[in-house]
Amino acid sequence: MSNYKLQVKELNKIFSSGVMFKKDQFQAVKNISFNLRKGEILAIVGESGSGKSTTARMITNLIKPTSGEILYDGTNINNRKFKRLLPEKIQMVFQDPFAALNPNHTIGYAIGRPLELKKKAKGTVRERVLELLTQVGLTPAEDFIDKYPYQISGGQKQRAVIARVLGLEPEVIVADEPTSMLDVSIGIDIMNLMLDLREEKKLSYLLITHNLGSARYMADRIMVVFAGEVVEIGNAEEVINAPKHPYTKLLLHSSPDPWRTEVEEIEIVEFADTTLPKQGCKFQYRCPFVTESCKTVSIPLYGTSNDRQVRCNLYREELVHEQA
Amino acid sequence: MVNLLEINNLCIDYDSPRGKVKAVHNVSFTIKKGEIFGLVGESGCGKSTTAFGISRLLRPPAQISAGSITLNGQELTHLSEAEFDKLRWSHISIVLQSAMNNLNPVIKIQEQLIDAILAHKAMSAEEAINHAKYLLRLVDINEERLANFPHELSGGMRQRVVIAMALALQPDLIIMDEPTTALDVVVQNGIIHKILELQKDFGFSILFITHDLPLMLEICDRIGVMYAGELVEVTKREDLMEQARHPYTQGLLESFPPLKGEKRRLKGISGHPPDLVTPPDGCSFHPRCPYAMLQCKQKEPEKLHDNKGIIACHLYQEGGHRFEQLQTTSEGTK
Repeated sequence: MSNYKLQVKELNKIFSSGVMFKKDQFQAVKNISFNLRKGEILAIVGESGSGKSTTARMITNLIKPTSGEILYDGTNINNRKFKRLLPEKIQMVFQDPFAALNPNHTIGYAIGRPLELKKKAKGTVRERVLELLTQVGLTPAEDFIDKYPYQISGGQKQRAVIARVLGLEPEVIVADEPTSMLDVSIGIDIMNLMLDLREEKKLSYLLITHNLGSARYMADRIMVVFAGEVVEIGNAEEVINAPKHPYTKLLLHSSPDPWRTEVEEIEIVEFADTTLPKQGCKFQYRCPFVTESCKTVSIPLYGTSNDRQVRCNLYREELVHEQA
Repeated sequence: MVNLLEINNLCIDYDSPRGKVKAVHNVSFTIKKGEIFGLVGESGCGKSTTAFGISRLLRPPAQISAGSITLNGQELTHLSEAEFDKLRWSHISIVLQSAMNNLNPVIKIQEQLIDAILAHKAMSAEEAINHAKYLLRLVDINEERLANFPHELSGGMRQRVVIAMALALQPDLIIMDEPTTALDVVVQNGIIHKILELQKDFGFSILFITHDLPLMLEICDRIGVMYAGELVEVTKREDLMEQARHPYTQGLLESFPPLKGEKRRLKGISGHPPDLVTPPDGCSFHPRCPYAMLQCKQKEPEKLHDNKGIIACHLYQEGGHRFEQLQTTSEGTK
């Protein structure tokens, strides 16, 4: 047994399109490796198309990785013996609570059905559903259990979705932009609820977001992905306060912050071609610090694992030295 | 500075089977020439409805039930459709939310741009093409892109095209309704800077609508905060950054996790926005307000004008706890 709830090793996903001889391939995720400790919140941050949702979907077994391993408590999630049990342990909260609940069924049914199927309720299903509703702050629970999704607000729907997930007693929750469809004042409530549930139930979260503010608010560690690769990973405060990779700097620089005091010295190359380089660093076209060596040799993640790692030649000396 | 747009006691209702929905209720504000004015609030607070009211894009069951809108001294609410059409693009234009999806997918960029230009201004086809090229250059897009279909452009580029279209006839006022909401932060930042640059060059006014208060604080000169169809606070950017006055604005600021400072638990705003068919008595924010007092439940707060702006909250009325914070000057009083 390791200390890690989840270990992701060298995960790759290649999507193919087209037919026969005209096949196009797109590598959505490239060699992503990370660990998630028990009770930890890891935020995956990146722009659309950077592979963050694809990673989430592979971890929840919604799509198959092209290669790589995902270990839950040291066991591969594709291991036959565990396949029946594992879906309960790793649950997912989706971005759109409006789409996640079937409009034809009551909230009580939506939450109760998985409990019936997995025989999770100790007393009656209804009792357990009421308990779950109370846990996520949908009180008085009696008022909510027989409501249909259209009768409750977006924030309440997201709470119901979380209640449904909690019913299966998961240990890892993968949350894909859980608040981006909600109003900000409601979103912060959902984040607070998730933080409280983590304390209460010692849950681990993998939080997918594009908002650095909420990543900092929620997460212990932040992993920044660009073009399917991890470019930086580290303690949340360190990554936000002292970003190393030029892409992380660009993200921070671009996030609205009216209270910003110092003007970061980063030249933004924002409108370059969106095609990716065939070799070398994926960020080279947009990087203000690009050198010849960035253009030819692909760059490894420098630094000790699970501490601070950066995929940038600028930090080769500094981080390799630390490693030694 | 001269007022470009003046809105007085604007009311917009939606007829619904359950009764009138007061989507916008007694909203008054002004936008000066060359000013960037922001309207911020959560979904359903009436900010887009206000924008649609100004640009006459309201469709039944929505209608302006009272109030006046004047642009350059001209009353807009009395104009016929044909008269208003003359103002579109040339005096007032609008960039809609996820506008990049509003380009016709089967028509080339060039034709869409030229169509908009020619519909509102007499010029030769050649002049129109040159003007279209000029517009694309303004927003940093290669003019060769005119021959592309919208799907051949990225989301950010399409949004730039739409902004270029809005600029086509150099209007006095551009309404931007969440122009960057669907975009990544890096792309958003690029577009926002482009907008600010163009605004400086051409001097038009912007009514900028978003729910993203930090973004708004970065770019707007003055900010109006809407809640449940009412404008509860109007302040200058600097004043809002220093101290938000209305409890709702304070709550809204508390809802955005900051990028720096000590990590602490944010409270947000408890509860949820009211049903606009049956809004609560008194101040519509009182059920969610941490400072709610007896009179908040009974009486609608007056909109007080002082030299910082407008505030509609009982805390600042005579006898309220924060009355002394009101900085009334003789000219500010109304």
